[in-house]
Amino acid sequence: MPEPAITRDEVEHLAHLARIALTDAELDHLAPQLAQILESVAVVSAAVGDVELTANPVPLSNVFRDDKTKPGLTAEEALAGAPAVEQQRFSVPRILGEEP
Amino acid sequence: MSELISMSASALADALADGDTTSVEVTRACLDRIASVDVDIHAFLHVDTDGVLAQAADADRRRAAGDRSGPLLGVPIAVKDVLTTRGLPTTCGSKILAGWIPPYDATVVARLKDAGLPILGKTNMDEFAMGSSTEHSAWGPSCNPWDVARTPGGSGGGSAAAVTAFETPLAVGTDTGGSIRQPAAVTGTVGVKPTYGGVSRYGLVALASSLDQAGPVARSVADAALLHDVIAGHDPMDSTSLDRVWPSMAEAVKDADIAGLRVGVVTELGGDGYQAGVLARFEEAVELLTEAGAEVVEVSCPNFSYGLAAYYLILPSEASSNLAKFDAMRYGLRTEPDGSVAPSAEQVMAATREAGFGDEVKRRIILGTYALSSGYYEAYYGQAQKVRTLIIEDFRSAFEKVDVLVSPTAPTTAFKLGEKLDDPLAMYLNDIATIPANLAGVPALSMPSGLADEDRLPTGVQIIAPVFEDVRLYRVGATLEALLEDRWGGHLLRSMPESLAVDGASA
Amino acid sequence: MTAVLLTPFDEAVATFDPVLGLEVHVELNTASKMFCGCSTVFGAEPNSQVCPVCLGLPGALPVLNKAAVESAMKIGLALNCEIAPWCRFARKNYFYPDMPKNFQTSQYDEPIAFGGHLDVDVDGASYRIAIERAHMEEDTGKSLHVGGATGRIHGADHSLVDYNRAGIPLIEIVTKPIEGTGANAPEVARACVAQLRGYLLALGVSDVRMDQGSLRCDVNVSLRPSPDAAYGTRTETKNVNSLRSVGRAVRYEISRQAAVLSDSGRITQETRHWHEDTGVTTSGRSKEQAEDYRYFPEPDLVPIAPSRRWVDELRAALPEPPATRRTRLQLDWGFSDLEMRDVVGAGAVDLIEETIAAGASPAAARKWWLSELARRANDRGVGLDRLPITPTQVAGVQALVDAGTINDTLARQVLDGVLAGEGDPAHVVAARGLQLVSDDGALSDAVDAAITANPDVADKVRDGKLAAAGALIGAVMMQMGGKADAARVRELIVAKLRA
Repeated sequence: MPEPAITRDEVEHLAHLARIALTDAELDHLAPQLAQILESVAVVSAAVGDVELTANPVPLSNVFRDDKTKPGLTAEEALAGAPAVEQQRFSVPRILGEEP
Repeated sequence: MSELISMSASALADALADGDTTSVEVTRACLDRIASVDVDIHAFLHVDTDGVLAQAADADRRRAAGDRSGPLLGVPIAVKDVLTTRGLPTTCGSKILAGWIPPYDATVVARLKDAGLPILGKTNMDEFAMGSSTEHSAWGPSCNPWDVARTPGGSGGGSAAAVTAFETPLAVGTDTGGSIRQPAAVTGTVGVKPTYGGVSRYGLVALASSLDQAGPVARSVADAALLHDVIAGHDPMDSTSLDRVWPSMAEAVKDADIAGLRVGVVTELGGDGYQAGVLARFEEAVELLTEAGAEVVEVSCPNFSYGLAAYYLILPSEASSNLAKFDAMRYGLRTEPDGSVAPSAEQVMAATREAGFGDEVKRRIILGTYALSSGYYEAYYGQAQKVRTLIIEDFRSAFEKVDVLVSPTAPTTAFKLGEKLDDPLAMYLNDIATIPANLAGVPALSMPSGLADEDRLPTGVQIIAPVFEDVRLYRVGATLEALLEDRWGGHLLRSMPESLAVDGASA
Repeated sequence: MTAVLLTPFDEAVATFDPVLGLEVHVELNTASKMFCGCSTVFGAEPNSQVCPVCLGLPGALPVLNKAAVESAMKIGLALNCEIAPWCRFARKNYFYPDMPKNFQTSQYDEPIAFGGHLDVDVDGASYRIAIERAHMEEDTGKSLHVGGATGRIHGADHSLVDYNRAGIPLIEIVTKPIEGTGANAPEVARACVAQLRGYLLALGVSDVRMDQGSLRCDVNVSLRPSPDAAYGTRTETKNVNSLRSVGRAVRYEISRQAAVLSDSGRITQETRHWHEDTGVTTSGRSKEQAEDYRYFPEPDLVPIAPSRRWVDELRAALPEPPATRRTRLQLDWGFSDLEMRDVVGAGAVDLIEETIAAGASPAAARKWWLSELARRANDRGVGLDRLPITPTQVAGVQALVDAGTINDTLARQVLDGVLAGEGDPAHVVAARGLQLVSDDGALSDAVDAAITANPDVADKVRDGKLAAAGALIGAVMMQMGGKADAARVRELIVAKLRA
């Protein structure tokens, strides 16, 4: 089990990964709370048993759809909720980095 | 106050079938009630007055034309704001979705429409269903009709409060770790989390995909069963939807009989941390079951003690990914960072998510981001998945010995607004008894067990059945409800104090 | 930008041992997207082929396209891979505006196919390329960058996103490190992609149009001092989107890395961008900046567990591998290695096979497709298969030549007629009046006229210089608009002058 304590710097890094521009006050407030929560959830490490991992309890496999097209949204419907639209496309602020 | 609002969904169904009332009349009565009490309760985020009346009129036309879509044709309903409704705002209790009008209906909503249930509006909830009090709603909390200084539970507090305050006979909730059952417990109503995969999740804005399940919120077991029959069933749009024909829950209520039923009391879901009044009412309920011929034994599920921790790793992990889509690019809020000229997409995303998400959502997203990070994944998310298997195993061996498991639904009665707002761990403990069912995907129901002696507030009892055996919840629940109401001399909500109580509630 | 030092390629491969790796993304040609029923047709109006699922709207859920799974398995089987008896999708989490959910639904540590190989030949040497895996994932939307230098992401002031491509099924094929290629490295990389392309075409699972982005390559290159040394640090060059560029990019990276290493420098582990126009790669994102993708099993999808029977059925229905088929056809047709290579290179294998099936000889089929028709396709800027002429029509033209109705010169005009939509060859011949004149009366008059007009030439023929007859034949042809039967004209000339 890793050391559950989480530092303010780590919270800042995680917030960046999660694209949340936390304020300094929030970082001060959140870091100790998260440390406390992590300490509490760390009890999972005590669970023992040689078992498979369960990602989803549903007892299903091989759920497919046939390769058939069906009508989706019109461009107008698709763009209706967009903050900005140009040339029938979603207008987004400038993108800095290349696609990972 | 109209008598119509006090009627149960079952009674309304009969009255509509007999031509004693119309859907428009019932709907108007609900709208009037909402207009008079929702200022205090704040169960609704959006009331669709024109839309619901049009749907009610349509239901009346359908009935007149011989349409017998089902017993609930024309019975109005409220829908938790986490289910998409075409043309109606859907905010999930979050500022980040302010003003978003979905271009499509959730499958559950489509089924309600097909069955002719007019939709009154969207009910309040903790933001993205993260919370146990509705205090994390960006639009302000809902209040508990039993005491407006207290929370109606959460996240589906709006749906529970609306049903409790007789604003609607029925509501749809969603339950990820207890969001239907815990509010039901603290408001003295009935809430059911069906078997995972029993009700389509298509259009349910995901909190934690592997845990979320929509289900009925009602004032009686029979009403919940009627609604369950409408919303359950296979949906090809949801890969995790079970392709099976479900027996009628409403029929199960009718032939409720528990003689010879083996009932297991879960050792780990009680004792320390549970309010005395909650435990007392639970024990009485168990006694009633024994008296009615059930065979009651104590069952240990040792790994349940890891449930809360596993849940608070799995849920944030999935949520951190599910909520990534709220990024200001395609819909919803777009906020530019202060003092930045020509900000980048990345900066706008971060500023929008900072401004649009509340504290609890941020906490859980960061927690989930951490739990999934390389280096921590195995120890946190991986280990939590292992606990999940162990809990499934615990249920499996328990259900070899008994037919259903029972426990208190929530460890306490309704708590005061503000009491646990900035104490996440205390807030999380509200779900300690409801979480195992979500982790394992098994069905569970919460129903009133009475009022706690110390505060005269509702307490809830939870019934849990094996996967696919949702009918058992209704058989046992209906039996227990009848026994309890005999003892109380009527519906629990008749004990509700002050102005919100409705005289002669048949519920 | 500072000038980049390059070591001449020959020197680079003499000093270092290159190790390659390829990641090839193939867009499948399914009718609908990976997880929803939206159409995949290329070139539609922006945002007109979207729905709540591929737009990532709140509440929407994915349902897997069975045909995409089958295509993935077919590709895996064709590459001699094992098919996983049980596998899942995962979520690859990163924020990017062209990705609607801000995670890509992709297979991660449980690919549907793994552990295969592909044999390629370069200059007579055979290389076995080990295939690490083939996995399923979804494509992203497409961004148009506005402002700044046209179309470039850098300097743009905003971008416009079209999600029609989002959710189109992709198969990513990843090779294991390719060693021992030495100076052939660029050619091996190119041949590997070309061969893969051939497989995919034969399987019919993708259009493999590199120009439309339905086949996209990332090329990994590293150098080490000798074949027994540990692998060097590699770079990953993204978006190398033509066969020719695959070889060029490898060649460039080898020269660039060799220069860095020779100067005691270190290679940075990074992604690099290939510039088709200038033929260079430039630095992209370094390993340090790499995202933590936080993969976890996709909870909205259930596992895929292909039955043994399903896999066996797909295996049994696999087409003959392109290399085997090529060898068989070359033998049948009696083509030389060089001829066959041209045929393959021109993408004319199927066309020639069908033309032969329609009655033409292999030589004739090859002649028409690789000379006349290839030239016309080139003029139009399309592939041979996109010319508006069928193999049956080409065989028809040859049949007319064989029957003496037309000669090769006229045949070219007939081809033009068919391409112009004037109908079948026989119809074009009739409509354009292209049949050869072999009627002695008409020909005899023309021959007499030619002899009269060219007395000197006629004398040479009389003296036995038969080669000179060509000039007289030409004169006759001129008179008759090319429609004279040349063989008969020659006979008449000889008869008249040498009798």
